[in-house]
Amino acid sequence: MAATLFHKVWDLHTVRKLPSGQTQLFVGLHLVHEVTSPQAFDMLRQHGWTVAFPERTFATVDHIVPTSSQKRPFLDVMAEEMMGALERNCRDAGVSLWTPESGDQGIVHVIGPELGLTQPAMTIACGDSHTSTHGALGAIAFGIGTSQVRDVLASQCLALDPLKVRRVEVNGRLNRGVYAKDVILTIIRRLGVHGGVGFAYEYAGSTLDAMTVDERMTICNMSIEGGARIGYVNPDQKTFDFLRGRRFAPQGDAFDRAVAWWRSMATDANASYDDRVTFDASTIEPTVTWGINPGQSVAVSERIDTSPDDEALAFMGFKNGSKVEGTRIDVAFIGSCTNGRLSDLEEAARIVRGHRVAPHVKALIVPGSQAVRRAAEARGLHEVFTDAGFEWRGAGCSMCLGMNPDKLEGRQISASSSNRNFKGRQGSPTGRTLLMSPAMVAAAAIAGEVVDVRAMLEGVPA
Amino acid sequence: MSAVTRITGRALPLRGDDIDTDRIMPARFLKAVSFEGLDQHLFEDDRRADAAHAFNDSRYAGATILVVNANFGCGSSREHAPQGLARAGFRAIVGVSFSEIFQGNAAMLGVPCFVADAPEVERLQTLVERAPETSIDLDVASGTVTAGSLRIAASLPGATRDAFLSGQWNPTAMLLAQFEEVRAVARRLPYVAGF
Repeated sequence: MAATLFHKVWDLHTVRKLPSGQTQLFVGLHLVHEVTSPQAFDMLRQHGWTVAFPERTFATVDHIVPTSSQKRPFLDVMAEEMMGALERNCRDAGVSLWTPESGDQGIVHVIGPELGLTQPAMTIACGDSHTSTHGALGAIAFGIGTSQVRDVLASQCLALDPLKVRRVEVNGRLNRGVYAKDVILTIIRRLGVHGGVGFAYEYAGSTLDAMTVDERMTICNMSIEGGARIGYVNPDQKTFDFLRGRRFAPQGDAFDRAVAWWRSMATDANASYDDRVTFDASTIEPTVTWGINPGQSVAVSERIDTSPDDEALAFMGFKNGSKVEGTRIDVAFIGSCTNGRLSDLEEAARIVRGHRVAPHVKALIVPGSQAVRRAAEARGLHEVFTDAGFEWRGAGCSMCLGMNPDKLEGRQISASSSNRNFKGRQGSPTGRTLLMSPAMVAAAAIAGEVVDVRAMLEGVPA
Repeated sequence: MSAVTRITGRALPLRGDDIDTDRIMPARFLKAVSFEGLDQHLFEDDRRADAAHAFNDSRYAGATILVVNANFGCGSSREHAPQGLARAGFRAIVGVSFSEIFQGNAAMLGVPCFVADAPEVERLQTLVERAPETSIDLDVASGTVTAGSLRIAASLPGATRDAFLSGQWNPTAMLLAQFEEVRAVARRLPYVAGF
């Protein structure tokens, strides 16, 4: 019978139906970081359990690492303690860990694909809601809590209820200056921040087909902001080309056998879905959020007029009928698991080249991984950014959630390429976040206010 | 681990849709290697910004049932949010809808998240705001919330309900019970075998 990738992967990884009625699902790859794992390792010790599949478990440090200097010991005593706990836990369990000294450290959702750990038709779990990112390569990837991290460490399994599948189809060509970030913000705006609860989102259509794997990662990353725990794109030639030659990808003939299997796991042509929605790419514009959840957005040319939420308007300092365009910003942040990859930095650099950051703006570029940072430096991007007045930082989550020294202060407004505009998200309880594409952040940094990046792209070679 | 069949206690009504886990537990309190003391920081920033926040209201002190609106616990998967609530004494949450990750995390701590229709939830919130001393009774098997003369239907996902009733809401032991089957699944996966 015709089936979706989600159902094929679910069935293949099902161990058994539990007495509770839930499904016991095998986890092919467990990714671990410093914030949501120490308590899980403690629980294992309390019960006398060991890590069942250390060879399928990989760890890095991302949330708390400082990005101005990653030298150990970290100046923040608590950050250093968390780093130390992760090192001890991984060493004792025989789990690979990428520390800042390793040269391969980075945001867990950036390094998984980068190292070729993330592969199609795999089940992946990580104690982080943006684990949905890995679906861009056709993996079924679950964000989990710490008690579930304990379960996966102990048994390599999760106890789960099945999900429905919604096909989210985007067709047509994106206009210049419109990016994957604008597509996913538009999807969340229309389907709502809890429209995806109970669903896995299968992203498809000619727009997705034409996207790079990096762009697909931006889309899948924010599935959770629309309530969908899982988002994925069926694996295709772009996926295979992306993976070929990566460190943990199958090598030689095994790679060709893997491709044949990956193809066989993709959704069948006549599979049925629990729901379908379609979007027209040509109608999508550069998009910015105005509120306190990622569904509260407008096209940059548009006025806020969507049965507005008074609490959000008051917090953000906007009025119904006002535009986000023209809003003076204090901070510009390019980075995060949503938009901290090399292609994001390249696009931002195209906008920045030959310009200066507005004097009142603090602007920082935080590469998603040490490998992204090295690749960007090899292309001279760091000089484009530093010449323009951006700070060029080390790899980590940084100001996406302000668990390291990079935080907003007071009521500062940040143009951010990250994923959440929740109250207090960027480290100041009263700080304000405007989510947008990295190109739009770069444009805002230069103008000192939110502008339409399309105007700045005039005259820039395509 | 024991069966959870009935929860009785006073309630705390917290109004608002889309209350995310960053608000329940701001990220700076995640900088720790244990969950201890998180109950001290629940809604810390919201409480500071709003003296009238329900968590500042002494009439609700000692409440064990939280009553919320739609999409509660959205955003970050941080278990620190339900850990804080459980450590503050909350035994159950009734709401219009929950983020899946939050609902699952809470279940693993023995805290069921019941789903009820929006007008019914508002009726319950209004009742508690008027009479905070009202004793609320949640019956897991029948999915019924009783508060004085108010009776509303509030359900748990099927498997979650059964897990609470049978005392199997914390699944680790079950996941380890037939470990040979886990190894058998691993062996049949091409990517584990190396293609």
